[in-house]
Amino acid sequence: MACEAWTEKFDAYFDGELSIDEARACHEHLRQCADCAAEGLRLVQQRRAVQAAGQRFTPDPAFRARVQRSIAASRPSLWRRSWLPIFLAAAATLLIASSLLLVFQRDRRRDQQLLSELVDQHVATLASANPVDVVSTDRHTVKPWFEGKIPFTFNLPELQGSPFVLVGGRVSYLSQSPGAGLIFRVRQHQISVFIFQENGLREARDYEAFRSALSFEVRTWHHNGLRYFVIGDASGQDLDKLTELIKAAG
Amino acid sequence: MPLFERLYNFAHWLTQNREEAEDLVQETYAKALKGFPSFQPGTNFRAWIYQILRNTFLTSRTGLKSTATVPLDSENDQQIVPVAKDTPESILLQRSDQRVVQEALGRLPVPYREVLLLCEFEEMSYQEISATLSIPIGTVMSRLSRARRALRNAVQKLQEVG
Repeated sequence: MACEAWTEKFDAYFDGELSIDEARACHEHLRQCADCAAEGLRLVQQRRAVQAAGQRFTPDPAFRARVQRSIAASRPSLWRRSWLPIFLAAAATLLIASSLLLVFQRDRRRDQQLLSELVDQHVATLASANPVDVVSTDRHTVKPWFEGKIPFTFNLPELQGSPFVLVGGRVSYLSQSPGAGLIFRVRQHQISVFIFQENGLREARDYEAFRSALSFEVRTWHHNGLRYFVIGDASGQDLDKLTELIKAAG
Repeated sequence: MPLFERLYNFAHWLTQNREEAEDLVQETYAKALKGFPSFQPGTNFRAWIYQILRNTFLTSRTGLKSTATVPLDSENDQQIVPVAKDTPESILLQRSDQRVVQEALGRLPVPYREVLLLCEFEEMSYQEISATLSIPIGTVMSRLSRARRALRNAVQKLQEVG
């Protein structure tokens, strides 16, 4: 299929509206076509820009009070109607359900934003001509490079005998906190590992939901006050193996 | 009051005016309360109340004016506009450009502005948007595609101006 036919599907793909099979095919094409990957990145950035710009107007507290009063005032006459007790019970249920839904949606949106920031960073890094600032397969070169650049230290695993190769690292930012961005390679796949101080991040509600995003595999855990994220388009088993190696390094 | 802040934000985006947004939200709640028996349990409450707000807006003076002056060309063909192959550098919407994006959104025709906000800010599914705007899903897709292109052009123009 020509690129133009794929780009027609991009809106629906990034809106999460394609079928699983179509989404998988689209993801595969994005992986192989640099032009379309750049286009995909632009769409994701545009979506995030609208998400951020969309929250612009806040109601005046006096206005809220006025609406509440007008709703309250309309209630006594309504009581006379026979359906009203049912309506009020339903409205109360709905109100509670809506509030819970709102809280859930707000948390979900916040989680999604955090996740989408990380995926953005992963995609942007791979699209960059200089994906890492320290280029070395040697963990004893990469780890010390971060000294003085980020406010914590971490251990990197011994990769000999494993299918993974360390490519290098750079300083990354999440929620305005500096952290380590590392790239590992397994066969033809690049995997990003991000490490940030847990207390510098907006706490996500449900890290368990961070299993995949836009067809990327994602793993996350915390250890010693640090939050680790592993993101890539390699298989879930590959990410699990890398995760185990990093965890074992402590 | 469920969804109060978000309904007000959406109303303000539609009307571009605080007093009109307040009137619109107040009328929406009044109509929702009055028309609650028509709400079918199990259907989407959010789409239902946004639909009330949007229909109320369309019958207001500003709403009538805004939709009467907007030519949405050949939307019925439901064709999705393929994305243009611009250079990424020229089209990236940077996070720091929030003011520019807001300005550009405000300049879009109402049908484009509302579909973008419902999809990207309210994170509604195509199905929910279809119910809220009372248009087929195919039209949601083609309108979204055009709206995104229109926003990109508007942002570029604003960035060129400076």
